[in-house]
Amino acid sequence: MLELALKGSKRYFAWVAFLLVLIGIGGLAYLDQLMVGLKTTGMSRDVSWGFYISQLTYLVGLAASGVMIVLPNYFHGYKANKHMVIFGEFMAIAACIMCLLFVVVDIGQPSRMMNLFLHPSPNSVLFWDAMVINGYLFLNLFVGWTCLTADRARLPHPKWLKPFIYISIIWAFSIHTVTAFLYQGLPGRHYWLTAILAARFLASAFCAGPAILTLVMLVVERVTTFKIPRNALKTLVKIIAYAMCVNMFFFALEVFTAFYSNMPGHTHPLVYLFAGVHGHHELVGLMWTFIGFAAISITMLVTPKLRNNMKLLPWTLVILVIATWLDKGLGLLIGGFNPTPFNTITPYWPTGKELLVSMMIYAIGALIVTVLFKVATDVKKEMGHSQKLPCGCSTEDGCDCAAAEEAEAAPAE
Amino acid sequence: MKNNRRNFIKLAGIAAAGLAVAPKAMASGGGHSPASVNKDAIHAKHWGMVIDTTKLNTEEAIAKLAKVCHSIHNVPTIPNNQDVKWLWADSYAHTFPEQENPHLAEEVHQRAYPLLCNHCEEPSCVRVCPTKATFKRADGIVAMDYHRCIGCRYCMAACPFGSRSFNWGEPREYLDLAKLNPEFPTRMRGVVEKCNFCVERLAVGKLPACVEASEGAIVFGDLTDPDSDVRKVLRERFTIRRKPTVGTEPSVYYII
Amino acid sequence: MKMHYGFPIIIGLVIFIGALCAPFAMGTIVTKKYEEPKLVLPKGEKECIESKEYMRTNHMQLLNEWRDWALRDGERTYTNHAGKEFKISLQNTCMKCHNNKADFCDKCHTDAGVSPYCWDCHTQPEGLK
Repeated sequence: MLELALKGSKRYFAWVAFLLVLIGIGGLAYLDQLMVGLKTTGMSRDVSWGFYISQLTYLVGLAASGVMIVLPNYFHGYKANKHMVIFGEFMAIAACIMCLLFVVVDIGQPSRMMNLFLHPSPNSVLFWDAMVINGYLFLNLFVGWTCLTADRARLPHPKWLKPFIYISIIWAFSIHTVTAFLYQGLPGRHYWLTAILAARFLASAFCAGPAILTLVMLVVERVTTFKIPRNALKTLVKIIAYAMCVNMFFFALEVFTAFYSNMPGHTHPLVYLFAGVHGHHELVGLMWTFIGFAAISITMLVTPKLRNNMKLLPWTLVILVIATWLDKGLGLLIGGFNPTPFNTITPYWPTGKELLVSMMIYAIGALIVTVLFKVATDVKKEMGHSQKLPCGCSTEDGCDCAAAEEAEAAPAE
Repeated sequence: MKNNRRNFIKLAGIAAAGLAVAPKAMASGGGHSPASVNKDAIHAKHWGMVIDTTKLNTEEAIAKLAKVCHSIHNVPTIPNNQDVKWLWADSYAHTFPEQENPHLAEEVHQRAYPLLCNHCEEPSCVRVCPTKATFKRADGIVAMDYHRCIGCRYCMAACPFGSRSFNWGEPREYLDLAKLNPEFPTRMRGVVEKCNFCVERLAVGKLPACVEASEGAIVFGDLTDPDSDVRKVLRERFTIRRKPTVGTEPSVYYII
Repeated sequence: MKMHYGFPIIIGLVIFIGALCAPFAMGTIVTKKYEEPKLVLPKGEKECIESKEYMRTNHMQLLNEWRDWALRDGERTYTNHAGKEFKISLQNTCMKCHNNKADFCDKCHTDAGVSPYCWDCHTQPEGLK
């Protein structure tokens, strides 16, 4: 099936070439980091985790996002999602690989990476995080590839695959819970030491992840003949809306606990992030942008007229992604390490080289998404699943527009 | 026999698995290890340290001790915030942020306090290390195995006291190569390091370097031995530890 | 019988087999000129931790075991097969006798094409430049 990715339009190959150039440039920055050490980054003795780990955290959310399409389909027989499932699984593959790559570029001795497997330490959450992300990667590869191959051969999905699919649904919740446990079990970091961190991670994963997936699928709609079934899209956007509301509600809970109890350990990180402390105001603007964008995106998602406006939807989702990224990609890490154990502030900002290496990993993820989604959309086209109709509907929508309906050739589930 | 190819493959798989396990099973058939503890090593069930900050309380005095520690352990001097330090001085507010009060005796506030790894009894850094590169020895010392560390820095995030440093670049670039201690290695980039309670000195019967150089301001001994120097001091003077609420049970006590 | 695309296939095979055998051919030429490295042996001591044959085959394994015994187990005394005791330390035991890395360790390592990373941390006795 991979041969489908080797044939494409000029635009497709131009995009792939562009990504390869980005990977090459970032690769040079990574080579420099390998030769010189992590001192090319902006991290310091006080802020010892930075952009790389924050991107890992954000992308684990993207990996877990597919479950919001898979779960309704398999647990509740929500057939509208049937042709979207593969994209959720393929996105999860790309996200998991990006997560693992962000770990690899962050560790100081990458040649000793295998020590994680040679000297397993079940007491360490990082060990479990490595295990569950790898496991989810292989689950999605296995399930996605098998299902797509079966679809292409016009065969029903093999029955023995069901247990793996059910496991992958539960596993999706676990990968983000374990990643949250990385943070929430550390005794000295008060911004992270909260039971609700895992719940917050899941809530923000389930809005940001599907939002990114939807944005990518909207691009896919423009460059292929694939068309998202109308109900699948509507439901996904509703899930994003609820998840974002829950996410911000959880954040409000944190704010209440901190400021009503007035305990310094809880208030200081929030004050640093949102008002500045000891003359350090680096993140204040960005954090209030997060709040503002969150409010705007919630308003646009909760109002039915605005939510169903297809012209507005991409903007809503972009604003949501920016808001959640500022919260989870920047605020979480920097607010966790500041104030330091000495009650001082050590500002952090990624360096250019750090950003170039991150760009390389994002480009690798984009390349994997491009290749996998090309395969998936080509198969869907071959099968006539979820294709664009001249009236603008999808073949799955059962529309009674003037154009002829194509019979659904969907194989038995 | 039907399916004889399938059966053959099954049998071959089992045989291969057995062959893979066999050498390990045979090798673990005992035999004493030729390694043993040094005869002149000093032992304890739980090493602890008491720092008398009424005697050791200026930046110069602490810097002198830090110099001894850093020079025998080849710790680099890095002038930016990617620095490495095993023992250093800081103010009361930074050392004991949870034990501040606005009317604290002026003199106590003016002192400089020495900070180092607390070699906790319930170390959170050991709990989070994914390769067991940092581990607690039987004598209570939290040790670093630089050969195994992958540089993930999870231990640095977990330490509530900020005791650990990472080698962001090559430490040898910041060391005076002519003045290295030839009896102790340097580290390379990509590994975490911290105070090691001078395990290499304890192994040959000497006390930690900072203890020796402190002229009695730092007392070092076995916290489980009621007759040790540390326990005597702890009985006579009031002591506090850093951040008691995090529950890691530090082994370094401060006489205020 | 004419082979389909016979000409390019034969040529390709000749090039491939040639490329495959080239290292061996080169090796035979080099091996005839190869001289064993002249190691500078320690002046005072005649006996190493273990016998010469044992050290030749096992010093890598021994050092691996040493580093775990000393650093992880806290056991810093080694009793060799003859019952003699040594302090477990690369810098302070091995390099006390073999006091020049370039004249001893590097000689074989360079010829064998291995670069053990011990020296990224452990300092060679002749000092660093």
